[in-house]
Amino acid sequence: MNLIAELEAEQVAALGKDIPDFKAGDTIRVGYKVTEGTRSRVQNYEGVCIARKNGDGIAGSFTVRKISFGEGVERVFPLHSMNIDSITVVRRGRVRRAKLYYLRSRRGKSARIAEQANYRPPSGANA
Amino acid sequence: MLRSGVIAKKVGMTRLFMDDGRQVPVTVLQLDELQVVATRTADKDGYSAVQLGAGTARVKRVSKAMRGHYAAAKVAPKRKIAEFRVAPENLIGVGEEITANHYFEGQFVDVSGTSIGKGFQGAMKRHNFGGLRATHGVSISHRSHGSTGQCQDPGKVFKGKKMAGHMGAARITTQNLQVVRTDADRGLIMVKGAVPGSKGGWVTIKDAVKKPTPENVIYPAALKSAAAEAEKLAQAAADEAAAAEAAEAERLAAEAAEQEAAALKEAEAEIAAEGDAGEGDKSDES
Repeated sequence: MNLIAELEAEQVAALGKDIPDFKAGDTIRVGYKVTEGTRSRVQNYEGVCIARKNGDGIAGSFTVRKISFGEGVERVFPLHSMNIDSITVVRRGRVRRAKLYYLRSRRGKSARIAEQANYRPPSGANA
Repeated sequence: MLRSGVIAKKVGMTRLFMDDGRQVPVTVLQLDELQVVATRTADKDGYSAVQLGAGTARVKRVSKAMRGHYAAAKVAPKRKIAEFRVAPENLIGVGEEITANHYFEGQFVDVSGTSIGKGFQGAMKRHNFGGLRATHGVSISHRSHGSTGQCQDPGKVFKGKKMAGHMGAARITTQNLQVVRTDADRGLIMVKGAVPGSKGGWVTIKDAVKKPTPENVIYPAALKSAAAEAEKLAQAAADEAAAAEAAEAERLAAEAAEQEAAALKEAEAEIAAEGDAGEGDKSDES
């Protein structure tokens, strides 16, 4: 393992995030820590994960899209962010793309994603 | 007071998560067997500087002249050598090894290195020229530079005119990079942002010239020998403290034993006295 990979692995271990197995097409709920003034609380953000980038490493991130008051909203979260309290998979979707950017130009019925019936967690994963 | 810089190898870039959740892009620089190979003094050379060497070279790959130079310093052959001007009082002894504690977290440094070669490049990429228009009659030359000068007077293109040509592979200094983290055990210095050159390339790090010198920098340098000395002293102090503690404990134990013995003796005497008294009573009765 080279030095950079070693440093990143160390950091991932130090952050100790429990990240479930999810991919693009899954509906996920992200508990995001919000600081208002002095007190902080956890805000839930639920939507479809439309992209995962840069793998599981320290640089990994994912994009969650939801329709909020009729307006499409997308948020990009760093996978190992300290501000993420929890990530829960609400629904497993069946999709044939890694990046679901086509959902941006769709609304309503055509923006639906079929549920994956036969989901099996990958061996060794904690999902 | 000018102090020595260091030679480091660029390992690559990554990101660090800070305690407040911020992510900082960092370049990891590694100190590899960084030792003083020679010194320059005002008497002998007319200026004062230290010559540092880093990395390890195979003896076979080193010229005879350089082998002699390394032998004189009693150091292993180095891959990269660089000189750093220092104030005369900050000269470092030959053979001393510099550690990554030389810089502290939050300090600003300047990093110099050879940038990645880009080959022959046009004026747009090389000098950020705007190029020509996409339409309105421009043909073929959309990315060309425009005019290069005036007319019959002066009748020439001035020297230094920015034009297409070789780009990159030049010595570049990036100033005021902040040190985010150091790791003396592995010899790592992590600076915020990018550093010139490719991975595996050599760079030199110096204290930032455009910032006031911080008060807590180590003079003349963070040396391995000094660290070892400090550790030894600390060890000795710890040993002494442990010895003192042991002696104290022993003394206490001895005192306790003495007291116990005294108490025992007293008790014995008491018992004996009691026995005598009992016998006395008996004799009275009879």
